[in-house]
Amino acid sequence: MTLLSVASVSKIFDGVKAVQNISFEVDRGIIFSVIGPNGAGKTTLFNLITGVYVPSEGDVRIDGVSVAGKPPHELAALGVARTFQNLQICMNMDACENVMVGAHLRLDRNLLKAAFRFPALARRDRDIKQEAEELMRFVGLEDYVGARADGMPYGALKRLEIARALALKPRLLFLDEPAAGLNPKETLDVDGLVRKIADSGVTVVLVEHNMKMVMNLSDRILVMDYGKKLVEGTCDEIRHHPDVIAAYLGAHA
Amino acid sequence: MFAEFLQFLFSGLTIGATYALAALGFTIIYNASNVINFAQGEFIMLGGMLAVYFTDAGLPMPVALPLAVLIPAIAGALMARLTIEPIKGAETVTLIIVTIGASLVIRGLIQVWLGKASHGLPAFSGEKPIRLLGATLMPQSLWVLGVSALLVLALWYFFNRTLTGKAMLATSFNRVAAELVGINTGWVLFMSFSLSAGLGALGGILVTPITLTSFDAGIMFGLKGFVAAVVGGLGNGLGAVVGGLLVGVIEAFGAGYLSSAYKDAIPFVLILFILFFMPRGLFGVKITDRV
Amino acid sequence: MMMTRRYLGLYLVAATIAVLPLLIPNGFYLDLVIRMGINAVIVLGLNLLIGFAGQISMGHAGFIGIGAFATAVLPTHFGWPPFAALLAGAAAAGLLAAFVARPIFRLKGHYLAMATLGLGIIINIVLRNEAKYTGGPDGMPVPPFTLLGLTVDGDRQWYWIVSAILMVSVWASINLMNSPFGRALRALHGSEVAAQVVGVNITRYKVTIFVMSAVFASLMGSVTAHYVGFVSPALADFGHSIELITMVVVGGMASVFGSLVGAVLLTALPQALATFEGWETVAFGVILILCMIFMPRGLVPTLAARLGGRRP
Repeated sequence: MTLLSVASVSKIFDGVKAVQNISFEVDRGIIFSVIGPNGAGKTTLFNLITGVYVPSEGDVRIDGVSVAGKPPHELAALGVARTFQNLQICMNMDACENVMVGAHLRLDRNLLKAAFRFPALARRDRDIKQEAEELMRFVGLEDYVGARADGMPYGALKRLEIARALALKPRLLFLDEPAAGLNPKETLDVDGLVRKIADSGVTVVLVEHNMKMVMNLSDRILVMDYGKKLVEGTCDEIRHHPDVIAAYLGAHA
Repeated sequence: MFAEFLQFLFSGLTIGATYALAALGFTIIYNASNVINFAQGEFIMLGGMLAVYFTDAGLPMPVALPLAVLIPAIAGALMARLTIEPIKGAETVTLIIVTIGASLVIRGLIQVWLGKASHGLPAFSGEKPIRLLGATLMPQSLWVLGVSALLVLALWYFFNRTLTGKAMLATSFNRVAAELVGINTGWVLFMSFSLSAGLGALGGILVTPITLTSFDAGIMFGLKGFVAAVVGGLGNGLGAVVGGLLVGVIEAFGAGYLSSAYKDAIPFVLILFILFFMPRGLFGVKITDRV
Repeated sequence: MMMTRRYLGLYLVAATIAVLPLLIPNGFYLDLVIRMGINAVIVLGLNLLIGFAGQISMGHAGFIGIGAFATAVLPTHFGWPPFAALLAGAAAAGLLAAFVARPIFRLKGHYLAMATLGLGIIINIVLRNEAKYTGGPDGMPVPPFTLLGLTVDGDRQWYWIVSAILMVSVWASINLMNSPFGRALRALHGSEVAAQVVGVNITRYKVTIFVMSAVFASLMGSVTAHYVGFVSPALADFGHSIELITMVVVGGMASVFGSLVGAVLLTALPQALATFEGWETVAFGVILILCMIFMPRGLVPTLAARLGGRRP
């Protein structure tokens, strides 16, 4: 069953064709990876699907509903969550509050009720705090539950972003280079975490450079180069595809 | 009818030239450091006030005037060193507030030292009006327009043909790259503040015979110069000049044909208009954020 | 449930308010304290915008002017009851803020600073020019505040009224900050992109908070007008807007308690320097500069961090 369908999507920035005519489909419940050399347009593709950029051409559909050009906050309402290649953590807040913000749409956001602290709202806030703490434990951040975001190391912040994305209770999760900048132990932890997330029913779309992780986790892989789709298939198909080897993997297969 | 139109045009261009110099000052600093210098108006005021002080003290004009440009230029560099450099890279709010603080200090000191009265300067080449196509033109206006035009040309030459100027431009395009090729970007910061202050001061001196000056004259000049810079497109030199002249002319026509009581409000209505419909200004560049 | 730790600031304020009347020696200080209270409420509203949401308003005094003059002009020239005039002023300020904010907030960066700058100055000029209604640059007197037959009379009554307003404002602000709405605001300041992807409509939030702070300012402008008994366009000038920003910045951006501290300190300062006109301006300027260099987050957050053993 198709959850996400991308049809002939292109993005042109002042004459630069960042993404050209990309089409693919992601079935519910799988782990789908997008790989390619630096500058291939992977993050741009992510940004196009998650509403940060508006496609110059083409359509994006989630569960059949067209979302191309919708702003990010509307996509969040449709159950789409994402993390960022260059961390977007709110350093002015606590770690836990960062995660709580992820649950924004599930809470009563009424201004007046908040100002006068209606009991129902206060109760819900306490529940969310507990849920946020549990999520932090789920992603392996039990040591940082009471910490401020600006005191946390890089690797922890990457996982904090994942916790925040999970707080949205997404059905579609986009992870933009979750293992970037991590040491081998941390990378293994993220590998296990992505597996745990997928097992819990979330469809995951992943951009990653770490080939071992990609091959280990993915059900299907899309290879991009120069903004275009090179090839799409299962791990084995990609691993042995001559074009992919030539363009990207080099001698390592 | 036509004479009246011409009259407004001249006075608009004259004051517009001052706005243009102020706008250029904003642009130079903005390009060098991404700071919006709310003290720019005070340098305009300093030029006029110091020129008055020195001429009253007995110094001949050819000595008083350059001094009245040099001292603000030094003040500008001092401001950059004491207030901007320590907080390089801070948030926009912080930078704006610091320059506001500097403007208060300058204005307050002048108020204490020279009082609150208005002062004038004798017109450079006399008060005899020139008749042109039925309109009356003050000779001082020609000084303002002429010197401003020369300054703009000199600046163009400086930024496009001299090594120092090009170094400053390079810094505005990419600070890190500029540092890597050996440009002393700290020095560029001081230079930009100094240059803008001097420009503003000169503009202030030129226009004092027409508009008079006082300790708080800088506020409106600065703010209107800022409007001019935004109208032209923040960061664009040509835009600053065109913006300045445009703001001056629209203000003059508005005051002449619509309502002179609301003369001061016109530039600010203009900026709201621009921000609503053309936020990049006339010549501005579009900025995209990388995520 | 009034969690002690969170509401500590509120209890301190309440205690101070209760004790103060016993310590105030004369009418001059009573007046000063009332002005501090009024400024504190305005600063709380402005801080929501500057400190929590990270936006800048450089014409905030304009909204104060709207509220102040609404409450002077409407009863005097048009026979409106004071309470209706107060509400009308707040509505006008709110609508104006919404009108300006919507197109501006679509843009990034310091565009709001520019727009509010323009707006504030335009309001000031209008107030100075429409002398027939506003009394021109010299201002006009304000009739006393009456509601349901009762008149507020005397500084002591105003003390308790302003105190009550202050307490409610502090309580509401603390509540807001620890609510989904407040977290969304702070997230907006921390990373707009992050806020967007969790579902925050950032334009709508920015507009909301801007309108809120404008309404706060207008209401307190009306209160000031009735309290002082006189209004002048200087209430709405650029200098006043700068003073307010100074209070936010010095006291502490994004700090409820900091707003109070900033308001108290910088209401008292002009009084202390009253005889040194030019020096007062210089002092404000120096304070702003030093604060931005050494304590960019403001007094209260910096001290709190130091006392808590963290790096400020």
